[in-house]
Amino acid sequence: MSETGKPISRIDGRLKVTGKATYAAEFNQPTMAYAFPVRATIAKGRITALDDAAVKKEPGVISVVSYKNAPKLKPLDMQAQAKAGAAFLGENLPPLQDNKVYYPGQFIAVVVAESYEQARAAAYKLKVRYAAEKAATDLKTELPNSRKPAKLMGEEAQVNGGKTTAPLAQSAHRVENTYSTPAEHHHPMEPHATVAVWEGADKLTLYDATQGVGLTGAIAAYFLGLQPENVRVIAPFVGGGFGSKGLWLHTLLVAMAAKAAGRPVKLALTRQMMQTNVGHRAATIQRVSLGTDTAGTLTAVRHHTDTYNNLTEFFEPSGKQSLVLYKAPVREVTYGLVKLDRSTPTFMRAPGETPGTFALESAMDEMAYKLKMDPVAFRIANHTAQDPMNGHDFSSEFLVDCYRIGAEKFGWSARSMEPRQKRNGKYLVGYGMATATYPGGRSAATVKVSMTASGDVTVMTASIDIGTGTYTVLAQTAADALGVPVNRIQVKIGDSSLPPAPLAGGSQTTASIHPAALEACVLLRKELTALAIADSSSKLYGRASDEINYTNGNLFIIGDEKKTDAYADIMSRAKRGEMEACATTQPVSGAGLTVPSALCTPREAPAEQNSDDKHYAFHSFGAQFAEVWVDEDLGTIRVKRFTSVQDVGRIMNEKTARSQVIGGVIFGIGAALMEATDYDKRWGSPVVRTLADYHVPVNLDVPPINVHFIGKPDPHISPIGARGIGEIGITGVAAAIANAVFNATGKRLRDLPLTPDKLM
Amino acid sequence: MRPFNYSNAGEPATAIATVSANPGAKFLGGGTNLVDLMKEDVMHPSALVDITRLKLADVAKTATGVTIGGTATNSFTANHELIRKNYPLLSMAILAGASAQIRNMATNGGNLNQRTRCTYFYDVNLPCNKREPGSGCGALKGVNRNHAIFGWSEKCVAVYPSDMAIALAALDAVVHVEGNNNVKRTINFADFHRLPGDTPEKDNNLKPGELILSIELPANDFAERSYYLKIRERSSYAFALVSVAAAMALEGNRIKQVRIALGGVAHKPWRASVAEKWLIGKEATETNFRAAAEVELKNARPLEHNKFKVAMAQKAIARALQGAMQGGEYGLEG
Amino acid sequence: MEDQPKFPDLTDAERKVLEDLMPDEMSEIITSGMKRRHFLKLITYTGTSLLATHFIGIEQLMARTTAGAPLPPPPTGIDNGVNVTFNVNGRAQKLLVDSRMTLLDALRERLALTGSKKGCDHGQCGACTVLIDGRRVLACLTLAATCEEKAVTTIEGLAKEETLHPMQAAFIKHDGFQCGYCTPGQICSAVALMSEAKNGEASYVTSNVRQTGKPVKLSDEEIQERMSGNICRCGAYPNIVDAIREVHGDKAVAQVWQFADGTI
Repeated sequence: MSETGKPISRIDGRLKVTGKATYAAEFNQPTMAYAFPVRATIAKGRITALDDAAVKKEPGVISVVSYKNAPKLKPLDMQAQAKAGAAFLGENLPPLQDNKVYYPGQFIAVVVAESYEQARAAAYKLKVRYAAEKAATDLKTELPNSRKPAKLMGEEAQVNGGKTTAPLAQSAHRVENTYSTPAEHHHPMEPHATVAVWEGADKLTLYDATQGVGLTGAIAAYFLGLQPENVRVIAPFVGGGFGSKGLWLHTLLVAMAAKAAGRPVKLALTRQMMQTNVGHRAATIQRVSLGTDTAGTLTAVRHHTDTYNNLTEFFEPSGKQSLVLYKAPVREVTYGLVKLDRSTPTFMRAPGETPGTFALESAMDEMAYKLKMDPVAFRIANHTAQDPMNGHDFSSEFLVDCYRIGAEKFGWSARSMEPRQKRNGKYLVGYGMATATYPGGRSAATVKVSMTASGDVTVMTASIDIGTGTYTVLAQTAADALGVPVNRIQVKIGDSSLPPAPLAGGSQTTASIHPAALEACVLLRKELTALAIADSSSKLYGRASDEINYTNGNLFIIGDEKKTDAYADIMSRAKRGEMEACATTQPVSGAGLTVPSALCTPREAPAEQNSDDKHYAFHSFGAQFAEVWVDEDLGTIRVKRFTSVQDVGRIMNEKTARSQVIGGVIFGIGAALMEATDYDKRWGSPVVRTLADYHVPVNLDVPPINVHFIGKPDPHISPIGARGIGEIGITGVAAAIANAVFNATGKRLRDLPLTPDKLM
Repeated sequence: MRPFNYSNAGEPATAIATVSANPGAKFLGGGTNLVDLMKEDVMHPSALVDITRLKLADVAKTATGVTIGGTATNSFTANHELIRKNYPLLSMAILAGASAQIRNMATNGGNLNQRTRCTYFYDVNLPCNKREPGSGCGALKGVNRNHAIFGWSEKCVAVYPSDMAIALAALDAVVHVEGNNNVKRTINFADFHRLPGDTPEKDNNLKPGELILSIELPANDFAERSYYLKIRERSSYAFALVSVAAAMALEGNRIKQVRIALGGVAHKPWRASVAEKWLIGKEATETNFRAAAEVELKNARPLEHNKFKVAMAQKAIARALQGAMQGGEYGLEG
Repeated sequence: MEDQPKFPDLTDAERKVLEDLMPDEMSEIITSGMKRRHFLKLITYTGTSLLATHFIGIEQLMARTTAGAPLPPPPTGIDNGVNVTFNVNGRAQKLLVDSRMTLLDALRERLALTGSKKGCDHGQCGACTVLIDGRRVLACLTLAATCEEKAVTTIEGLAKEETLHPMQAAFIKHDGFQCGYCTPGQICSAVALMSEAKNGEASYVTSNVRQTGKPVKLSDEEIQERMSGNICRCGAYPNIVDAIREVHGDKAVAQVWQFADGTI
């Protein structure tokens, strides 16, 4: 019996289709009040006067919290925060601590009232005067003030600066172009929301829309000056995140507001606040240079990115894939960074690779065209089986298979090398492809598994299901490891009081929690086996453990399947009402994102999980193929079909895995064709403010998407063999579409998104 | 949203009297735009008079055409047999707008009163003469790719967002309104909406307290040949970059009558009367359609970021006329 | 007692699941407990995706703890209060609401019906879609005060007891969601779409609106256009279309997934 990999429906599906799945803002509390934040209307400067007298006269108002009366929070201190697992505050700005304004839309106060309607209306009455300073509001304008950042997420940011200049100059063929991508917003369907409930002065429960309960708890505890174990974060269901649901200031604001009000308080962000207060993907300007010899072998790859940030060390790492893809003797990846007085950029689905593959994979297409080589053949010719930066073999890598299978399934051979060759009525038809890639991560995670004498199994870890299928695949793993049906397994996640797990980000949840879950189940089974062997009334009494196997809630003697002993019976004879076991996954790099928890101490560190890391590079790969129809008269581009072949290791559940890939592709279609946030340079504020202006794909935009998995387990990432799958689906999509538009029209579009005006 | 008093009107006259007596009062139809704007604090009426229960929701035949009720919903109107058979252009235009849910709520009168989607109008922290006369036009020198290429003024470059009204403009509809003390009057559709001029705060020529009772559609010969083309940044549920309502009647292969109205290009539905005049009596050929579109767009005055709309509108006019020739069969451009 | 993992306290819901799956064996299970062969049969069901649609036990585990709790009292000192009497999911409700309160907030904050979601609060996403008098509308732009005497159906009102509405079951089968936040709105919208199609209503992609007559058979493109008022950021659209096709066409639609080597 193997549940793992089967396309079973989500075990939480029934809750979701009946409206019973409960998201953060839905944990209403007795005596709960409502908070509504007030945002700054200037880009930079300070508040010179803040008058809340009129607010307080409004009906239902309970309190107003601003820098004038806010409780003091612990100040920023990266070292101390890192030690406390509290490094990743969305923006480095503990709220309401002074009168300074760093971007338009920054929270400057919060109004608490009896009802949402009252809080929102009262917030209008806050009188604020500012002394505005000259603000930096535009990337292009600020480029002369660019600096070269030394570090990027702990790694060297500038790789081989200047080293490709000579090889590029000497190359037989050269392509050098500038590609740009706009500011993009995550816009998960569930707006960020928090319900804060204090128990006394030093104990806090947060119902929070977060991608990481442990992370949120640790950060909230740090800044509020509470003991980590006294902050409990609960999030059984989260309505999407895509990188935006870390800890942002509203979670601290509502905790402060609830304290001031002396009551539980709810704060749900408006969609407009989602444009300014919970991060975004920064715009990039990327210069990509490729050189080849006469045969089409790459001689040098250079990728320079200019981007911006504010109130964070993070910046869009769009050179990442250029360190991994293709065999080239020398590669140079560099960054220029400016500071804008704009809301804080953050991680957004495949940070780096999403804009980065647009640039690199467009350039690869341009080079293939220049060489008159088929783009697939050109990539295969330059394929690398080793990480170009350290020479390590990839742990498990089938990229060439992805290209070949994709080309075959898609019907790539019908593509003509020259553009404008295929028409369908008034439409020009084009084919394009690109490589997909995303690192395979694995962080520390602890999982506890318990079993009752009635045969119910509970799997517990402080992970989160943001729509990825974590509930379901955890049940599948435990079902296999214990030999019990999926429907007897309960999965408890989304609660920081459970054993620690990494945040649901970076495509690492499956690789992190499943090895521990498996190991915990094995430990539990071992203990059951030991009990049976030691019990003279068991049919397994005195046998060696390697003679014993398990199925359907029983242990049995291999080769003599009549000799069985049920888990329930073993437990009842041993007078054990409940048994439990815990295990911890070790991180790939040791830099896990988890926080300590006293609840579950691993009994046994899993063996040999960490030994391959020094020898292998962990990456997922894929190939994306698009067919577009372009109406040249009107400038409209429609993606008519899409094929995605993914090499992501073992597939844990074919149904949810496919959904993740099509979701990634659709995110990529959005980035390719329509998503962009524009800002007004004079005031620095976004002029794309809502979902009416920020276009994400609707149902009619989406073509049939064919997904194929290589499905070969990665033997080195973990005994489970699965790498993450949440992000790779978006990578390469925009390039595949832009390359298809070139094939259709002969026009090379290098500035996303490809809205109709770009073709006029 | 600021506090307001809610009341439910039983009769048009009471609703009109209530709104006439209170300058802060507004009629509430489907609320799809008004409630949105109230949540944005762009509009803050002190009283709302719910008119959705008034008996103004019929679609009916008249001696000279068809009349559609002011409080009939968009979806009821678009799907009414009389409209689908005789005014398919109106059905198509309504169905091009918003979403099924919104069309189920939105009323015809409300649609005509829809306000601009200009982001400077919506963001109360940015200047906008329409929202706050005298504060300046943020879009004139700002991000104006969605803005007007016809008929704008230094005071306002916003566009009117309705799809339905573009068809009504092409169909030469007549708006029946009633003001206080039972004063009824009719407004030709061309005179209903305004260009911004010096008073962009006024979207249309309704007087305070006037209620749209019905919209009259004169009989025409266009049912066989009409088409509504909408170009937007995604394939559905988005406002138009440019839209075209086109209708034609032929005599042999010659154009006897033609109507062209553009959406997304001006502060009101823009009748392409130059192109219409040029086409009368000419053969209905693609070459002529393109030529007519070219003459119309000669008068366009694009802004910094919306120059593309000139070429787009030009090509869209030709394409919509082609669509009308084909009897309104759907094409992918929507 | 070997091979007898017991189900000591079957809840009604769990019993219903078992009855649905194993009608013949049910009495036996009730009287003498779960036997190994029952278990094996159950396991087969879990291998198909059938059982997951019946995971009521798990539902009870993960559903909010406040369900069934008394409704909160109305906030004190309501300005411009309006008394509304309306029907929600077949139950009469009487509320005194702030005139500013939307139907969506009334459902979520006052009636403990949080299935209808607030995604944008401005009519730009469809997550709050509910049916009023049988037609799909947006609860976020509907003032609660306007609902006097109306009949509102929310996602909570679609299933009959423990039996899912066919659209709900089809969404599970075809994985028509990921995070689940847009799902109640998608399903309400899809349910309304079925009756719109029955009534012969047209859409922007209807090839000729002059051709009337009912009911209409929906192409994929028709389904997509008509569902475009419900945004799903996770990107479940193709699966949603499959689910709707199945209900609309009244025949099973194959699920689509494949390994590169052609196996399932």
